[in-house]
Amino acid sequence: MATTTTAMKSAGPVSGSRSFLARLRNGDEIVRLITLIFAATVVLITAALVWELWANSALPRQKFGFNFFVTSVWDPIMDQFGALPFIYGTMVTSAVALVIAVPLGIGAAIFLAELAPPRVSDILQFFIDLLAAVPSVIYGLLGVFIVVPLMRTVIYPALNKPFGYLPIFKGPSYGVGFMTAGIVLAIMVIPYIISVSREVLLSVPRDQREAALALGSTRWESTWKVVVPFAKTGIMGSIFLALARALGETMAVTMVIGNTPKIAASLFAPGYSIAAVIANEFTEATGDLYLQSLIALGLVLFLLTFVLNGLARLLIVVTTQKGSEVGG
Amino acid sequence: MNGRLRWRKFVSNFMLAMTGVCAVVSVLVLFFILGYLLFNGGTSINWDFFTKLPKPVGETGGGMSNAIVGSGKILLLASLIGVPIGFLGGIYLAEFSGKGMASVVRYAADLLNGVPSIVIGIFAYSLVVLPFKHFSAYAGAFALGMMMIPITLRSTEEFLKSVPRMLREGAMALGASKWKTIATVIVPAAYRGIMTAILLALARVAGETAPLLFTAFGNRFESHGWSQPTATLPVMIYTYAVSPYDDWHRQAWAAGLVLLGLVLIINIMARTILSRGIAVPRS
Amino acid sequence: MKRIAGLAIGVLALCAIVLADNALLINGAGATFPYPIYSKWFDVYHTNNPNFQFNYQSVGSGAGIKQVTEGTVDFGATDGPMNDDQLKAYQDKHGSGILHFPTVLGADVPTYNISGVTGALNFTPDALAGIFLGKVTKWNDPAIAGANKGVNLPAADIVVVHRSDGSGTTYIWTDYLSKVSDEWKSKVSKGTSVNWPVGLGGKGNEGVTGLVKQTPNSIGYVELIYVVQNNIPYGSVKNSSGNFVKADLASVTAAAAGAAKQMPDDFRVSITNAPGKTAYPISSFTWLLIPQKFQDAGKRDAIKGFLKWMLNDGQNSVETLSYAKLPKEVVEKEKKAINSIQ
Repeated sequence: MATTTTAMKSAGPVSGSRSFLARLRNGDEIVRLITLIFAATVVLITAALVWELWANSALPRQKFGFNFFVTSVWDPIMDQFGALPFIYGTMVTSAVALVIAVPLGIGAAIFLAELAPPRVSDILQFFIDLLAAVPSVIYGLLGVFIVVPLMRTVIYPALNKPFGYLPIFKGPSYGVGFMTAGIVLAIMVIPYIISVSREVLLSVPRDQREAALALGSTRWESTWKVVVPFAKTGIMGSIFLALARALGETMAVTMVIGNTPKIAASLFAPGYSIAAVIANEFTEATGDLYLQSLIALGLVLFLLTFVLNGLARLLIVVTTQKGSEVGG
Repeated sequence: MNGRLRWRKFVSNFMLAMTGVCAVVSVLVLFFILGYLLFNGGTSINWDFFTKLPKPVGETGGGMSNAIVGSGKILLLASLIGVPIGFLGGIYLAEFSGKGMASVVRYAADLLNGVPSIVIGIFAYSLVVLPFKHFSAYAGAFALGMMMIPITLRSTEEFLKSVPRMLREGAMALGASKWKTIATVIVPAAYRGIMTAILLALARVAGETAPLLFTAFGNRFESHGWSQPTATLPVMIYTYAVSPYDDWHRQAWAAGLVLLGLVLIINIMARTILSRGIAVPRS
Repeated sequence: MKRIAGLAIGVLALCAIVLADNALLINGAGATFPYPIYSKWFDVYHTNNPNFQFNYQSVGSGAGIKQVTEGTVDFGATDGPMNDDQLKAYQDKHGSGILHFPTVLGADVPTYNISGVTGALNFTPDALAGIFLGKVTKWNDPAIAGANKGVNLPAADIVVVHRSDGSGTTYIWTDYLSKVSDEWKSKVSKGTSVNWPVGLGGKGNEGVTGLVKQTPNSIGYVELIYVVQNNIPYGSVKNSSGNFVKADLASVTAAAAGAAKQMPDDFRVSITNAPGKTAYPISSFTWLLIPQKFQDAGKRDAIKGFLKWMLNDGQNSVETLSYAKLPKEVVEKEKKAINSIQ
């Protein structure tokens, strides 16, 4: 590119001796400026968003300080706001979602990357990409009318009767609750785990597999003990990506979690998540402290997803680069 | 020795079969969702659904014509906001920028992409609803448009960069200025990929509910112009699904089917355009 | 392809502008308690007056108060009257006040979903307070069974359902419980959004009704019309005279009888636990929140016109939806108050 631009002195980057107006007459400069403005707009919007979140959550920061994160009382009348129940609910539902989605997702990714013939793999991946496109309110709809009754009639008895003494399976079932939300979230994040893990597994160089097979391992052993560990960091990245998606999910969760700001050990208990409480209470938060506490929750969620997304990307890039470096 | 080998072979076949089960289950979920929606929604879709306004609470009948039009309007405006910013920003990144500015813009776009949709709703409320003192279609469009920017920007950059050097150099050798090269040679070459990205961005925001809750709000009537609260399909589905009225549930299924159909069609269109075109990097 | 897309966009945009017709859109938001009658009223009013479209969004009293104070909607609606702090906040923000206009009388009823129980259970104030405090946990607890001899109550856990959004219906319910239970008053107190000791949260009266309908052994509190429209059982409550009264037009009207004669000028009054042998103890007025000063003369006149219609013809249709009419004295007082809207 450098050689071509020096050959095009009239259209390329300019030397400082020409004045701004003179530069403007050059069509390229105008286009450059216009596109620069639009690109800068992106930066501006993002900066404005972060600034608004930070500035509009000042009151709870001043009033509660760090206690905001460890108090579990959410009382609008007494102006007491603690974020713990929502952070807890967000964490628990995401954890349940991962426990279900990760084995299923990695299993499916292994199948698609290692076993399935390329055409079959592509077709199945196509369908899985479509699964990722289903809007979240539709998952909520299915959650309310299918998963909730299923939870009440099938899943709860199956887990509570034999394992009811464990704290996580104790207590009555309401149909809605942490586990129901976790199940719906699991379905929503599986496609992310599958598609990224599949890519990462496909990027593992062939030598690795072939070396293992040459040493006498079975197909499964070469996959599980050689290929997957090689792609381990990338798969971790896909899990982080899925987690980030689960954390920010609003509609499907608020329709099936029970909307109760309480911390409970049992997975069958109703709870609340950060995104759900914002959706339910934002338009009615009278009083600045109330509103700003909700915005503070939004900031917390934003920071969590930001860190996770960043980590995920790093891990995925590292793995795919490793694959191409080791060669194959 | 032989026994151990037979065991290992058994484990191998079993585990591999299990992975197949995982894949099949995952795909089956999609078909289950489609089938269930078709069954429940298909029986509820009738001409009224597309042409009538909602009826007073508790009465059966009526439709969602205002929500369908409302969704269409908001999506249209969101594209008009998000696509130009993303597209032109992407051109800047691919063609004009230096390394420093490029990484800042890319970083900002990735940040914006990761923002949970409810937080985008908060932002749009503070920026567009409060100052103008009403809920509006353009507030909703602003929120959705912002969500379309990162995908459009990154994809435009990737597809423009992947245009072969020969095309670029050929045009320049013929004496075309930079912007002319971009407009007449590079962009058309990357056209398919960019269209795909725009369609995928559109499909993603078409189903978003959370950002619309406090921007477009809702309307029992058709909204005229752009500055009135507007009913949208996703918000209607949510409202109707958590209600106790069976007729509203029926309409929620129908709306769900329409919405899902719309999103899937856009997705399939986008991916077929892409597969028929040049080999492009996955985003 | 690009040209077609451009053409389509142009046509659509044009349609959006051209089809903007003359109907004046007035936006309101708030209580879900009166939503069935409001949506009916606005529908009928629009049919009779095609130039006016009243778009009412049922988002809960809390949101109604907040949004009308922010100015994002033209009027609000609530079943829990604005307190002095909220009135002051409105005054500070707009430089003028906001008026409460009662529209109908309604009732919060305890509704439940117990298999085998289709009739009306009797609830004492202690039972209700105990259930919602989380102290009465099973349906066959003596607190409930004592008042319902002969009914086969299961030994099942009670699933409490309350509102997840800021709600006037909640205000009415907690206002009542605060009056009949000192423990409730000190622990939870009254408001549109309280710190519930137990229970699941549903969004709007609609959400609570939906949850109760779907969840076995649950109990929730909703406005009367929601149980009537959905054909689910609801209970009687013991009033201050000791009688178990079921919510209906007569008992709700009886509850308002005393307040009607002594209605304060700002119309903010609580009629829960009202005296009277036949009074239903969890009744309430519900109010429209109308700004005292309007910038837009068209909207002001539209709202004044609606209010006048509501006090005359509108009252004739409330009973079909199980709301009680406003007492005559209140109607007269309101007609005078309409004139103070500028």
